[in-house]
Amino acid sequence: MLELRSVRAGYGGFQALFDVSLEVRHGEAVGVIGPNGAGKTTLLRVISGLIRPTSGSIAMEGVDLVATPPHRIVAVGIAHVPESRRLFPRMTVEDNLKMGGFLPSARAKYQDRLAFVYELFPRLRERRRQLAGTMSGGEQQMCAIGRALMSDPKLLLLDEPSAGLAPVIVEQLFDLVKRIRAGGLNVLIVEQNVRQVLRVVDRAYLLKAGSIRAAGPASELLASETIREAYLGV
Amino acid sequence: MTRSLGWLAGAGLVALPFVYQQPYHLHLMVVILIWSFAYTSWSVMGRFGLVSLGHGGFMGIGAYVTALAWNHGGVTPWIGIPLALLAGGILAVLVAYPCFRFRITGHYFALVTLALSGIVLQVITATRDHTGGSLGYTPTRHQGGSSLYALQFTGKTTWYLIALAVWGAGLYVWYRVDRSMMRYALEAISEDEDGAAAAGVHVTAEKLKITVLSAMMTALAGALYCQYQMFISPDTVSGISISLQMVFAVVVGGIYVSLGPTVGAVITILLAEVLRISFGTRAVGWDNLVYGILLVLFIVFLPKGIVGSIVDAVRPRRAGRLAV
Amino acid sequence: MAILDVFLLEALINGVLLGGVLALLSLGLNLVFGVIDVVWICYAELIMFGMYGMYFLYTVYHWPLLVAAAVCIVGVGLLGVLLHVLVIAPLLGAAPINQLLATGGVLFFLQSAATVMFSIEFRNLGLRLPVLKLAGMFISYSRLLAFAAALIGMVLVYLFLARTYTGAAIRAIAQDRQIMVLMGVDARRIYLITSALGGGLAGLAACLLVLQYDVHPFVGLSFGPITFLICVLGGLGNFGGGFVAAFVFAELISLGGLYLDLEWGYVFAFVFFIVMMFVRPAGLLARRS
Repeated sequence: MLELRSVRAGYGGFQALFDVSLEVRHGEAVGVIGPNGAGKTTLLRVISGLIRPTSGSIAMEGVDLVATPPHRIVAVGIAHVPESRRLFPRMTVEDNLKMGGFLPSARAKYQDRLAFVYELFPRLRERRRQLAGTMSGGEQQMCAIGRALMSDPKLLLLDEPSAGLAPVIVEQLFDLVKRIRAGGLNVLIVEQNVRQVLRVVDRAYLLKAGSIRAAGPASELLASETIREAYLGV
Repeated sequence: MTRSLGWLAGAGLVALPFVYQQPYHLHLMVVILIWSFAYTSWSVMGRFGLVSLGHGGFMGIGAYVTALAWNHGGVTPWIGIPLALLAGGILAVLVAYPCFRFRITGHYFALVTLALSGIVLQVITATRDHTGGSLGYTPTRHQGGSSLYALQFTGKTTWYLIALAVWGAGLYVWYRVDRSMMRYALEAISEDEDGAAAAGVHVTAEKLKITVLSAMMTALAGALYCQYQMFISPDTVSGISISLQMVFAVVVGGIYVSLGPTVGAVITILLAEVLRISFGTRAVGWDNLVYGILLVLFIVFLPKGIVGSIVDAVRPRRAGRLAV
Repeated sequence: MAILDVFLLEALINGVLLGGVLALLSLGLNLVFGVIDVVWICYAELIMFGMYGMYFLYTVYHWPLLVAAAVCIVGVGLLGVLLHVLVIAPLLGAAPINQLLATGGVLFFLQSAATVMFSIEFRNLGLRLPVLKLAGMFISYSRLLAFAAALIGMVLVYLFLARTYTGAAIRAIAQDRQIMVLMGVDARRIYLITSALGGGLAGLAACLLVLQYDVHPFVGLSFGPITFLICVLGGLGNFGGGFVAAFVFAELISLGGLYLDLEWGYVFAFVFFIVMMFVRPAGLLARRS
């Protein structure tokens, strides 16, 4: 479904990704793990169009994403939940969700999608008129995910969903991701919390210093030495 | 090499009025010199990112305080001008201190200063009984026209030399600031205020110092203009147009270069004269029209100004500012 | 004493009426700044052209008042878009000082264009609206009309921002520009719409102001600086703050004009502004640029 081939990207003179190739197949949940600064966030940004790759190709169901204007990538079916949530702090929960459904195709299904999100996150319905910036970290994360879901995407990109959240909340969060996944949504999760993410995904890649060092089924990677080395530098 | 060339050029400038006596051209030169000084005064703070759109206010104060002190108080400009400078300095502190203290920078600061020059103009108009309002104001002639006491001279040569001296002094101040610790402090501040403060720079004090200096120099320009032209009106010495003209000229000439403002003055004043001559009385408004278009075009295509862009092209990029 | 009260009350009411129009002005400026992060220094000059538009359409060509007003609103809206496309858009990545200067250049240009095209004479709409006599006070009908229209305009803008998707996008982009892409929002379109809206508000303000004041190329200098002060005090980009500040300033101007010449009202407002800056702690003065 999603295919990256030899993607290079960076910021200004600094290159963050070196010839990264990966794929997400239909029905899959894929994780990308790796230590801090590995380029994981850059990877998602390059997919969703926040930054452009310097070379390589990115295709979603055959559509060339590099050639697509960034604001049209959502329409192709990719929704990105950015790192640190990036909600609109002075807008209500409901308004934030509304922004998620900005796409013309999403507007038509607004009520349905809204109902879906509220069903998934009942807490959000309670707080629908609350300013997003005043919510707790966990609630904000729910809102951010809900916002992404409003566009009825085919692929959900999650950037470090556990960042800054208490372990209990993180646990709940990943359970939720499992539920979303069970509903038929494809997910690409970028995470530092290895154990949690490998619980939830089918396959995973290990990204370190901008290149893919390992790839394989989640269970294998969980047991592997390579990961330990990558994180601890041992 | 550049040093001796500079001295040569300086000597040439001083000798000029004795060799070349055409009054109209001398007049132009005096005007150019006075405005160059005014523009240089602006750039003394403008180059550090402290963009004031209100220097017209300071110029207006300089002109009107001097003239009013003379006409109403009989106070000689030798005292009147320092008074005007003081007034300008006080106004600068009044407006700039709260801005800097409360970290009002960039857009906010520009708008506040813009409003300031508008308000000065309003005050001048409101006190029309004393200042003549929009009709203008004339300092009274003293004893036939030329008098050291009244700082009035009929001879263009005298004025040329005075203007040249003041202009030179302005450049000197520019250079002193350029080579001072204040410069590094201000550059650090303009890049990262918090960082500079953390490094021990007294942000508010430094900004205030340069603002007062710039304001007082500009007030001097206004006073000088008043004494030379012997006629001032709100829109020739103060107001938003003047403020914007200052910025325009410096931007055109080059904001980071000492002679940039002077080049800008030469260009803008000659431009205005050319337009006035070719259009005659129909030129009302055309010069500003052209300024407006040129300003926009310059900002879009040549943000460093003419001199600045040439300097950049000829010399390699100067190795960054000193990071504190 | 009784007479003094009446004059005072009249000035207070006129202040409120003036406040409505000033609030409209600050709304337009705040909108553009909040969304695009640029200050249109030439905002008052856009209004000036709108006023000339009304003068020519209504007084010279005798178009019906409402039609002329509609055309002016749309016309200045288009001017706003043109301003954005020609001047602002090329400078979006540049240093803020450059953006300020560019709109300053446009200010020059518009003032001089008006001088060249229309000469510096004062023009009056020639519309004599009745004056209401209420409890010993004289309230001009045109002021009431202006106030009402300004309020309606602001309510419409509020509804637009609160209820529509585009309105939500406009509010959102002011809070987090970068991720708008992720919602499928084309920032450039939002900028254009905002510029049109800002221009349209200026056009509306023009229609209202021309009812009460003469137009000449430099009329912008009468309310430009005040609008800037209002926006700065209320907080650039802060709609609520601008709204309140507009009324405060309007009262100052009105009361100042009661006891002294009109220009002193502006001086009071500025002095008040300076004092407020000393009094209000840094935190309440909204966002730094």
